[in-house]
Amino acid sequence: MSTTMRRLPATAALAASALALAACSGGGGFDDPAPGESPGGATDAPAGELAVLIGSSGDAETDAVTAAVEAWSAETGVTASVTVASDLPQQLSQGFAAGDPPDVFYVSTDHLAGWAANGSLHPYGDQLANVEDFHDSLRENFTVDDQLVCAPKDFSTLALVINTDAWAEAGLGDDDVPTTWDELADVAAALTTDSRVGLSFGPEYQRIGVFMAQAGGGLVAEDGTTAIVDSPENLAALEYVQQLMTDGVMAYPADVGAGWGGEAFGTGAAAMTIEGNWIVGALRNDFPDTPYRVVELPAGPAGKGTLQFTNCWGIAADSDSPDAALDLVEHLTSTEQQIEFASAFGVMPSVRSAAEAFATEFPEQEAFITSADFATGMPTAEGAAEVISDFNAQLEGLANADASEVLASVQANLQAALDAAG
Amino acid sequence: MSTQRAVLARTASRGSGVRGREAQAGWLFVAPVIVLLGLFLVLPVVMAAWVSVSDWTGRGSPFSAEVDFVGTQNYSELLFGGGLATQDFGTALRNNSWYVLLVVPTQTALSLFLAIMVNRKWLRGSSFFRTAFYFPSVTSSVAITVLFLFLFSATGVVNKVLQAMSVSGPNWFADPRGVLHVLLAWLGVERGPAVLTDHAVLGVSLWQWLAGPSVAMSVLILMAVFTTSGTFMLLFLAALQHISDEVDEAAMMDGTTAWQRFRFVTLPMLRPTVFTVMTLGLIGTWQVFDQIYTGTQGGPGKTTVTPAYLSYTASFQSQQWGRGAAIAFILFAIIITMTVLQRRVIRGRDKDGL
Repeated sequence: MSTTMRRLPATAALAASALALAACSGGGGFDDPAPGESPGGATDAPAGELAVLIGSSGDAETDAVTAAVEAWSAETGVTASVTVASDLPQQLSQGFAAGDPPDVFYVSTDHLAGWAANGSLHPYGDQLANVEDFHDSLRENFTVDDQLVCAPKDFSTLALVINTDAWAEAGLGDDDVPTTWDELADVAAALTTDSRVGLSFGPEYQRIGVFMAQAGGGLVAEDGTTAIVDSPENLAALEYVQQLMTDGVMAYPADVGAGWGGEAFGTGAAAMTIEGNWIVGALRNDFPDTPYRVVELPAGPAGKGTLQFTNCWGIAADSDSPDAALDLVEHLTSTEQQIEFASAFGVMPSVRSAAEAFATEFPEQEAFITSADFATGMPTAEGAAEVISDFNAQLEGLANADASEVLASVQANLQAALDAAG
Repeated sequence: MSTQRAVLARTASRGSGVRGREAQAGWLFVAPVIVLLGLFLVLPVVMAAWVSVSDWTGRGSPFSAEVDFVGTQNYSELLFGGGLATQDFGTALRNNSWYVLLVVPTQTALSLFLAIMVNRKWLRGSSFFRTAFYFPSVTSSVAITVLFLFLFSATGVVNKVLQAMSVSGPNWFADPRGVLHVLLAWLGVERGPAVLTDHAVLGVSLWQWLAGPSVAMSVLILMAVFTTSGTFMLLFLAALQHISDEVDEAAMMDGTTAWQRFRFVTLPMLRPTVFTVMTLGLIGTWQVFDQIYTGTQGGPGKTTVTPAYLSYTASFQSQQWGRGAAIAFILFAIIITMTVLQRRVIRGRDKDGL
């Protein structure tokens, strides 16, 4: 006993010094942000009060969602608070782990499968009154095991954005809007000058995938269990992009000193970009003097194709008041409310009944909504997001890469992920 | 006499009483620390250890009945699975090894050099230099990361300066090429020999292991040296001021040169500090996270992914909590092993008399 007692201080001192070493070695600063410290949002709402956690694109979105939730509160008498997450997936994960998540929140297609699989999400699709009104392709995106898990919040598609000044300067007219890959390459070449590339878009599947879709390729076969990445169609798409880069008419935004396609476009470093309708708000805020028009992407060997992105309104399985939460989601996805969101922060309504009103109100964005007819969603299988981020890492070096090797490695990884997901 | 005995007896009884209560009081005084350490250190570590050998999916308590023990599955998937998880982990280890290999010796040497410089008695305004060199260390690493992102952007200050010297700078934070590969490409070697490209460790080919840090990682290496050298300079400075002037004077009387005095007198006396600095450096560089999280998010081309960042994304983004915890424990094992090895090396030198 006495030896133990005597050794205790030594052990304690050792532990303490190890701790001290570890504590002051976190990268050199005294004020390193502890990534786990961020609170899990407004999750401690008392029963009967709803906590809504959103990942906001800016004040416009925050204000619009807050106003909509307040209006619903006034109508129903149920109090609800909106919190903006700084890191939505992290804060939600903490909430799920603690058994005290927010009631209603945004869910992206990347995280849907994981949270649906571990039972964190309350699959309320079959109780949704306006379920038939949502676009079919969006509902498919949020269906896990034949069950609609959550209601699509809104969506966006990719289209071709053209700087009209540069267009006129290059002597191009309305008839020159590209409708094929060859025409796109030609106008990109015509628009390229010493200080500007014709076309710029991010090095990721979320942009380059449009060419794969136009070539008739994709990532996952329709059965949802087979990877079809190493197809000749996808190879043709990547080789087309490589050719554009080799010709010097297309460059990634980082190569022209921009963070994303919209910035490259706004600063005039690129005359065309492939982006979604969020670019409308970004250009209005950051580059209001850039004149532009939006057209559908050109058709490839297999016809038209583009990608679509969407989020849904998730309800936590651990929510204390799932019925009130469902009522709130129905309110937030109603036709009128979605049109309000659309005008506030430029998203496209996820319900068919609002499509016409949207096209009338935003004629300049028509190409985005008409592109929905031939758009493909992102794969939602568990583990697919990791494979896509690995694909994106390889796409960054596409200019000097062997496209078929890239596709072969993604094929192997995606098939493994699909097999693991069952 | 009787009073004396009574006093003695009283002292004796009081003595044993005090001894008895001393132990109790001791436990009482350490209790808050034991509770705090138990709650915030021991319990989380035990929990993480359990998660790393369980199939916990991130919902509810990891100790609940639905969570099953899966043995070493998470570890074997990382180390021998051969899939994307292994490749990612191999890439992260590759990136971080280069980071450690370049940062630790550089920051140790630089901070020692700075400490010796500002310790010179004849140096005017030495307190100014001390503050100036220490300044990067007290600034938030997040703020410095953001600053470096601007400095090293494609059209940033660094490239403007290089341009003025007719050098076209790389697109620092978007350049995934390894610097050794870049150097070899200059010498005309574009593809590695088959013996390197055909063999892979942890899903990463030997040719890729030898790629060196990417251009983006090199900037982070530079930044780490810049921000940490000041702190370690302070440690060396304190140790230097502990060496009394007589020692130096005695060496001078023996007719030593300045270099001999540094090499055979000062440096051996600084050995404990060198050990501390290298240990701190080793731990800090293996745990690098905030620069990655705020700066590059692992890009370009996954060349700045580190095990700490991978552990975070595996857990919070991919919901693979077991894998995330397993990465953290492997990282812990690496740090402990490296520290022990380093201790051995420095002790071994001690016996040889350096």
